[in-house]
Amino acid sequence: MSALAPATYTAQTETDVGRLHVVVVGHVDHGKSTFVGRLLHDTESLPEGKIEQVKKACAAEGMDFEYAFLLDALLEEQEQNITIDTTRIFFRTKKRNYAIIDAPGHREFLKNMVTGAASASAALLVIDAQEGVMDQSRRHAVLLSLLGVKQLVVLVNKMDLVKHDAATFQRIETEYTAFLASLGLKAARFIPIAARHGDNVVTRSKVMAWYKGPTVAEALDDLVHVDNVAGLPLRMPVSDIYRFDHRRIIAGRVESGSLRPGEPLVFLPGGRSTTVRAFEDWPITKRDVVPTGASAGFTLEEQIFVERGQIAAHPSHAPRVGREFRARIFWLGREPLALGRSYRLRLGTQDVPAFVSRIHSITDADTLAATQGDSVPKDAVADIVLRTAAPIAYDLHHECPVTGRFAIEDGERIAGGGIITEEVSSSQTNGKGRVTPAERIARHGHGPAILWFTGLSGSGKSTLSESVERRLFDAGKHVLRVDGDELRSSLSRDLAFTPEARAESVRRAAAVAGLFADTGAIVLVTLIAPLAADREKSRRALARHAFLEVYVDAPLAVCESRDPKGLYAKVRRGEIREFTGISSPYEAPQDPEVHVRTDQVDLAAATEQVLAAIDAAVREPREDWEV
Amino acid sequence: MPWSMGKDSNVLIWLARKAFAGKVPFPLLHIDTTYEFPEMYTFREWATKEHELDLLIRINQEAIDRGVSYATHDPVTVTHELKTLALRAALDEYKWDALITGIRRDEDPTRAKERHFSPRSAEGVWDYKDQPPEFWGQFASRPPAGGHVRVQPLLEWTELDIWEYIRREAIPIPTLYYARDGKRFRSLGCHPITHPVPSDADTIDKVIDELRLTRTSERAGRAQDHHERNAMQKLRAKGFM
Repeated sequence: MSALAPATYTAQTETDVGRLHVVVVGHVDHGKSTFVGRLLHDTESLPEGKIEQVKKACAAEGMDFEYAFLLDALLEEQEQNITIDTTRIFFRTKKRNYAIIDAPGHREFLKNMVTGAASASAALLVIDAQEGVMDQSRRHAVLLSLLGVKQLVVLVNKMDLVKHDAATFQRIETEYTAFLASLGLKAARFIPIAARHGDNVVTRSKVMAWYKGPTVAEALDDLVHVDNVAGLPLRMPVSDIYRFDHRRIIAGRVESGSLRPGEPLVFLPGGRSTTVRAFEDWPITKRDVVPTGASAGFTLEEQIFVERGQIAAHPSHAPRVGREFRARIFWLGREPLALGRSYRLRLGTQDVPAFVSRIHSITDADTLAATQGDSVPKDAVADIVLRTAAPIAYDLHHECPVTGRFAIEDGERIAGGGIITEEVSSSQTNGKGRVTPAERIARHGHGPAILWFTGLSGSGKSTLSESVERRLFDAGKHVLRVDGDELRSSLSRDLAFTPEARAESVRRAAAVAGLFADTGAIVLVTLIAPLAADREKSRRALARHAFLEVYVDAPLAVCESRDPKGLYAKVRRGEIREFTGISSPYEAPQDPEVHVRTDQVDLAAATEQVLAAIDAAVREPREDWEV
Repeated sequence: MPWSMGKDSNVLIWLARKAFAGKVPFPLLHIDTTYEFPEMYTFREWATKEHELDLLIRINQEAIDRGVSYATHDPVTVTHELKTLALRAALDEYKWDALITGIRRDEDPTRAKERHFSPRSAEGVWDYKDQPPEFWGQFASRPPAGGHVRVQPLLEWTELDIWEYIRREAIPIPTLYYARDGKRFRSLGCHPITHPVPSDADTIDKVIDELRLTRTSERAGRAQDHHERNAMQKLRAKGFM
């Protein structure tokens, strides 16, 4: 099958002003692909021989030729008769270039439509004249409103099936206009077409002489580029800091406003200010300004701390900084978006853990009915409050759209997106009465967990737990270690080393760990705790929290050869009588949540092993723990 | 960043140098099929010095020793053996998180469905039925376990965009793209299966004028695309770019 070549049916003209991206949406089977096929055909945008080739293929397989087949590239599409993914088709009218984004109408492929529509300046929404306004006709408009696609042309298709009846067309126009108005949208045009026959696509329909408006091609040429955000304040998310030579170059793309040397800049969150010294372009050019949409690399007058994620702005028009905001979101995830679960929020180049701290309402995108609930299902739209683990810089969407919108990641997948509608001030988040676990989760951005590192002396419990602590702390988690040896010199200094005293020592360590976990922390307990029964008691006493037994395992000979505290040497010299693993028993865990063989893996790998287990545990925090 | 020395590939190098203050801060990979045009090898040597590239060259010598060649095998098989498998071997060796490729949507209907950040599994497979959403400059930038992400900055560009950019920036490209004796190469691959098109465009201005009027596809001269129905789809699902 040959490629759909870029269309070039007419030479470039003076009025050719940049490629306009247009997304085609609408209910399944309302004729989107037929329309696009016809548009390509009638604007003479198909490669030579394409239509003959497809007609031949149809004849060979005993099918009637359809214009939609001109777009169906992949085998599966032809077999299932649906468009399975967003695709771009380039074509040109006498006025300018277009990229048509063909978005599927099949319900489960909504993410492809979002992908297509988010980069579009305008949308063509196809409605079947016979079927009228359907679920997806509404759902797609809801998404267009969230995605900020404001220019909309509605094509009432298959007019041939309703005998080109003007009253049918007007009825749909009236009904759908009212629906769009409820979303704050207004269609630029309603156009009656019969895509199959080419009526009002590029050529004016003879059988619908009652329609006096433009054809689709003419309506497209009337649309304008709406990507113009130049009048907005400067927002440049920092993507990187280069140190290839003596220069320290701040790099990023200007998402709105413009950037000039000599201007003061503030980097948020963080808030340090300085002045732009010079642009560091390669090849060397003399730019005095970097406009919206262009990238910049520049040096600063003062060497202040700058990092990826910060937004550079003019101090007089800085973005907001905060940890909680209200947003309208669309959810595309395989799993529902759940209250209290940890996600990652990406806004500009910022990437932080975040939590849904409240779900105001969930909108059924078909009926627009608002419902309540504690999770947002796939393909739904919702009004929620998000709380981030660390402060972020942002704007309200109506003030500055480019930094007023974000994506939500679930695991490694982008699973949703939204626009920020309102700042939530701390006074609004102050609840009444006792502080709940959910509030603590919201503050930390994760739920509590207790990790019980057990193993012989010298097996590597302290080293491993310190490494895990460092990684969690650096990732912004609320974490601390409870060390058995340290407790022995403080809280439990009254205890001896008899079996009873050892059991009491374990009990106290568990009680301390439980208290810290009640505050929402991830607690790393390092304690030999040689007896399985004692560890099991601790597990039961701490059942209100996620409890992970981490068996730090190395053969006795290896532990003895390490002997970090010189204890084994003392035992062999007879200076210590009772010593776990030698003169008193160590009961190895039978079924630990994590089993780390420190004689076989290095510290980095062991750390990753533990972190993965913690990640799984705190991703699904329990909100019912009692303090 | 795979580098074929073709025009799109050279635009990528240019963009990388612009993005990183004149330096290409990552290695380049040439999958050498041993069937490149001689001019391409000359250009490779020259451009490696000019752009100060850290260039890795990989050849699937095992397949060549096995006798895989255009004289004895069909183009899809040879492309798979000498390009895709060599690329996979390099990925296994270096375990890169990302490959920056120069593919474009207008080249082929399967590429039209690509994402800017397109995950590949540990086996190198492209799950084109379940691609990640991308919007507002947010991409699937985290590689799947054991796999990598294809980063495709030129996806939205057309062939004409490439040429207009090469002209605007004066980017060095191999001269095979310009007409000699009434023919020029519009797309470059292995010499036994890459055919020139009739053309008198011997300067960049003439190439651009020619492209504004043509209605044949860019890869029409690339035999492996047309060997069988859905050849590109099959090649790409297995890891071809």
